[in-house]
This record gives sequence, structure tokens and C-alpha cells, in this order.
Amino acid sequence: MHLLRKIGFYLIALWAAVTLNFLIPRLLPGNPVDTLIGKLSQQGPVSPGLRKALNALFGTNSNENLWQQYVGYLNGLVHGNFGVSVTYFPTPVIDVIGQAIPWTLGLVGLSTVIAALLGIALGTFAGWRRGTWVDSLIPGTTILQSVPYFWLALILVYFLASMLGWFPLSGGYDVNSTTPGLSGDFIGSVIRYGTLPALTIVISSIGGWLLGMRNMMVSTLSDDYVATAEAKGLSPIRVMITYAARNAVLPSITGFAISLGFVVAGSLVTEKVFSYPGIGNALLDAVSNNDYALMQGLFLVITVAVLAANLIVDIFYGFIDPRTRSRA
Amino acid sequence: MSELLLEGSTTPADAAPPLTRTRLRRRPGAKLVTGSVMVVVIVLFGLIAPLFTQDPRAVSDIGLAGPTGAHLLGTTQTGQDVLAQLAYGTRGSLLIGVLVGLLTLILSAFFGIIGSYVGGALDELFSLISNVMLIIPGLPLMIVIGSYVQHKSIFLVAGVLALTGWAAGARVLRGQTLSLRNRDYVLAARVSGEKTWRVITVEILPNLLPVMSSGFVFSIIFAILGEAGLSFIGIGSTGSLTWGTMLANAQNGQALLLGGWWWFVPPGLLIALFGCGLSLINFSIDEVINPRLRAPRLVKLQRKAS
Repeated sequence: MHLLRKIGFYLIALWAAVTLNFLIPRLLPGNPVDTLIGKLSQQGPVSPGLRKALNALFGTNSNENLWQQYVGYLNGLVHGNFGVSVTYFPTPVIDVIGQAIPWTLGLVGLSTVIAALLGIALGTFAGWRRGTWVDSLIPGTTILQSVPYFWLALILVYFLASMLGWFPLSGGYDVNSTTPGLSGDFIGSVIRYGTLPALTIVISSIGGWLLGMRNMMVSTLSDDYVATAEAKGLSPIRVMITYAARNAVLPSITGFAISLGFVVAGSLVTEKVFSYPGIGNALLDAVSNNDYALMQGLFLVITVAVLAANLIVDIFYGFIDPRTRSRA
Repeated sequence: MSELLLEGSTTPADAAPPLTRTRLRRRPGAKLVTGSVMVVVIVLFGLIAPLFTQDPRAVSDIGLAGPTGAHLLGTTQTGQDVLAQLAYGTRGSLLIGVLVGLLTLILSAFFGIIGSYVGGALDELFSLISNVMLIIPGLPLMIVIGSYVQHKSIFLVAGVLALTGWAAGARVLRGQTLSLRNRDYVLAARVSGEKTWRVITVEILPNLLPVMSSGFVFSIIFAILGEAGLSFIGIGSTGSLTWGTMLANAQNGQALLLGGWWWFVPPGLLIALFGCGLSLINFSIDEVINPRLRAPRLVKLQRKAS
């Protein structure tokens, strides 16, 4: 029952995202087709057929009413038809997305996991040592939290890549000496190019995990059962980890939903700084080229990914915290 | 703004036992003072400095040059004074922050308080809307909306930021209102025939002030970071000057490769410091709302004694 309710909610969220994606270009002022034709006509003559195709895509075609357009749009989505990218013409949007996804998934996924684990571990420690010198580190983490991702990326690029030359300036792998594939060279190059973007994401997102965990630890440590555990003479490490941290970590897991949104947003812009060949870079390319089909496809893919990640966390949460199951 | 926050922080301290109150008071105080000083200094800089600086858009043929007597923070690639840009940029970013803060406050109060107070189907609907908005990633949505509109006013950008940022606050307010609406004094007010809007504004709203001010502060941070991100991508409000547009210009002007640190370090640093100041204020509000967060000193003393 709990699970069905959850899945129902995510389906509604998905429908809302799809519908927003459909309505935004139709409700906002301005005609994307005119913008696009204007852009394309700088490169060469535009055939009337293209205008017609674009009209169909953006719903600026007045022959169909909104409902018919909506049905047609949903039908296209179900068949994986997101349209054709203008930026990478004539590649279909779905292929552009397919090429970009592994990069972002690897980068954001890995750095989020590292940041979460590291942040929770440090937060546990900071909460355990509350009221000592460790507390004076907290203002530092709030600065980290308020630093814009892309600014941190700029700083890291400037000092570590531009001045010291330890890391490459931009890109996802060494284009000149390696070709994508399962070779050691390529993987090494990916790691070398990915370190700085990953470092950016880890540094700027770790503060949230750390602070959340620390505050929950402080709350949990004042609970009676922790005092009992201490009174029984259990070893401090055991009290810290299996008594306090175990319960304190729960809100961090539910907070995953919100933090993931932030991390995705941050990494989208971070990718631009590094010209990393992922979703974010494709999205920003799409924006600067008025490539609306690609943009909308990417928005949907990002949303679906965030929803899916949250659904997995929710199901997982039901297993580790039985209270949520019995309540529903 | 800081007056409102200070007011909020002095109200409900009743949860801590009287013995420890004086001892515990010192810690949130230090955070509050540090945070407020940081925020006030930056706000004053944004309000006053533009009156004294040079024209931020005046182009000169110096090009990218480091800090000198004539240009305290150096110049941009087109010879614009960075200090002047920083002053005007501070003003622009703060304006966006406050605008979004207010809009977010209104939206989250509407969806959070009214739904949970009325209850039933309306509550279900409102909390469904907030949860959906909470989970849909904000920045991609902003990018999609922002890129369809060619000429964006500062109000449009603020509106888009508020639209994608109100949900978290609404959820917190909903939880608080749910616990308040069945308290005896609220029931008494309802039984005595007070109108719904009066119960909400006079009986419930004052008790939500700490939570709302915390949400307000958070949404300012969110807005300034969000605006900076949007401007950096190039879809901020047209012709405005903010911390974000400065960073975008620095990136496009190859400041990184040319070593122009004075161009891109100050705006980001101000964002970070301002955000940090606001977070510190927020912590002290949180400690007021949740007295358990203030417990550390006491617990430590107990442990020493044992």
C-alpha cells in the first residue's frame, strides 16, 4: 500500500513535468518558431517544409486545438520521438541525449555518493564532538555551502589547472591521444579529466550533508536511550555508530530529494565551466542555440532521472525505517 | 530585514529549563552577531557604494589591468572598473534576493498554511502540488522558461525563481500549521466564532513567524545563487548588473586564461560571504525553533560530571 501510494505520487509528478514541458512553450509570449527560423536563415535558405515541421513541434500550428496537440505530444514521447536537434542537426534529440547521459551519470552519481558518505561520516563525528573545537569549523562549511558551484569550478580551474597545470582545463577526455572505448588509456584520461569537476561537486555539496547529519546527531544524542547506552558502559564508538548515528542518518536520506535537485542544478552549470560532454553542457548549448526540441528533451530526461532516484531512495527508506511502512 | 529576524529570535525560548538559559544564550548570540554583521556590511556596500564609485559601464582602453590606485579592484577586459561593477552588482543581486524572498514567502504561506488549516481535499491537493514542485528539479525548469522569453525583466527572473523555490518552505509551514491548528487556544478561538481569516492571521501566523523568517532567509540565499547561475548561463534578466553577470562576463572575457583573478574572485566571494552570513542568522533562528540544537553545552557538562 505504501509502495503503491509512492509510485502513484511519482507518476503524478512525472505527468506534471511532462505537462509543464508541453505548456511552457505554448503559454509564454514569443514565438519560438520565428526565433528559430531567424537563426537558421542566417546559415542558409529555409524551406517552407521546415517551418511547417517546427510549427507542429511547438504547437504554433493553429489548425489543431490544444487537446489534440497534447495527445500528439504524448504519443510522440511514448514512441521516444523527441524531435530533431538544431544544434547537432540532423541528429535526433534522443541520440544527443544518449551520448551525453553516461558522462553526467558517472560524474554526478559518483560525486554525489562520495559527498554523501564523506559528509555523513564527518557530520557524525562533528555531532559526537559537539561543544568542542569541532564546532568552530561549522561556519566554514556554511561558506562552502553558499559558494556557487560554478564559481568554485572557476577558482579550481584557475589555480589547479591554469596556474599549476595539474589538471586539464576542460573536456571529458583527451581527444587527441585517446579514442572512446574500454582501453586503459581512455579510462585513465576520463579519470584525469573528471577529477576537477567531481572535486567541485563534492566540495560544494558536502556542507549540506555534514550540517544536516551533525544537527541530527546533536538531537539524537540528547535522547534517553543514548544516555542509557552510555550508562550501560558500552564503548563510545558503539554508542556513536550503532545507537546514535543509525537513527540520526534517517533525515539525511529523506533529504536526498531536495539535495539531489541542487546537485543536479549545480553540476549542470559546472559542466559548462569544464566543457564537460554531459547533459548540462548539451542543455546550455541548446539554450544558446535556441534548440528548443533538445532543451525540452533534456528537461524531461533530467526530471525523470531525479524522480527515479527519489523513488529508489523512498523504497529503500521503507526497508530501513519500518515506521514509514506501518503508518501508511 | 535583520530587525525582523532579531525579533523572531527573542520570542519562544521557553522550552529550555531556566537554569541553563543564560549559559546557552551566548552561543546563538555569537552566531547571530557574526551573521548579521556580514549581512549588514554587504547590504550597506550595495546601498551606499554605488553613490561613490565610477560609472560601472564606462569603457576605457586600459583593457584587463590589475588593481591600481585609480581602479582599486582593477579593470575588466573592456576597461570597466571592477569595484564599480561590484557595487552595482551587489545592489542588483540583493534586489533579486529580496524580491524572490517576498514572493516565496507569499507563495509558501498560501500553499502551506491555508491548505493545512482548512484540511480535507484542499490540503491533499496543496500538499501534492508542493511535493511535486519540490521534486521537479528547479534549475532545468528555470532554464526552459527563461530561454523562451527573449527580453526578461528583473521581475520575470524573480518570478521564475520564486516559482521554482517556494515548495520547501510550504512543506515546513504545513507541518507547523498542522500542529498548531488543533491546539486548545486555536480551538477556543474557532468555537468563540472568530472568522477563518482572523484565526489564521491573528492566532496562527504569529506562531509561524520564526519558521517563516527562517524560510525567508533561506529563499534569499537560494535566489541569489539561482540568479547567479542563470546569469552565468546567459539567461538572466536583460541588461542587469549582478554578481552573476559579472562572473559570466569574466568567464566569457577569458579572465581565467589571462589571469584576471580580480575580476572573478570578488563577486563569488561576496556571494559566499553573504550566503554564509544569512546561514548563520538562520542557524540562530533554527536554534530558537528547535531548542534541542542548543543542548551541546549542557550535555558536555553532564558527561564531565559522570
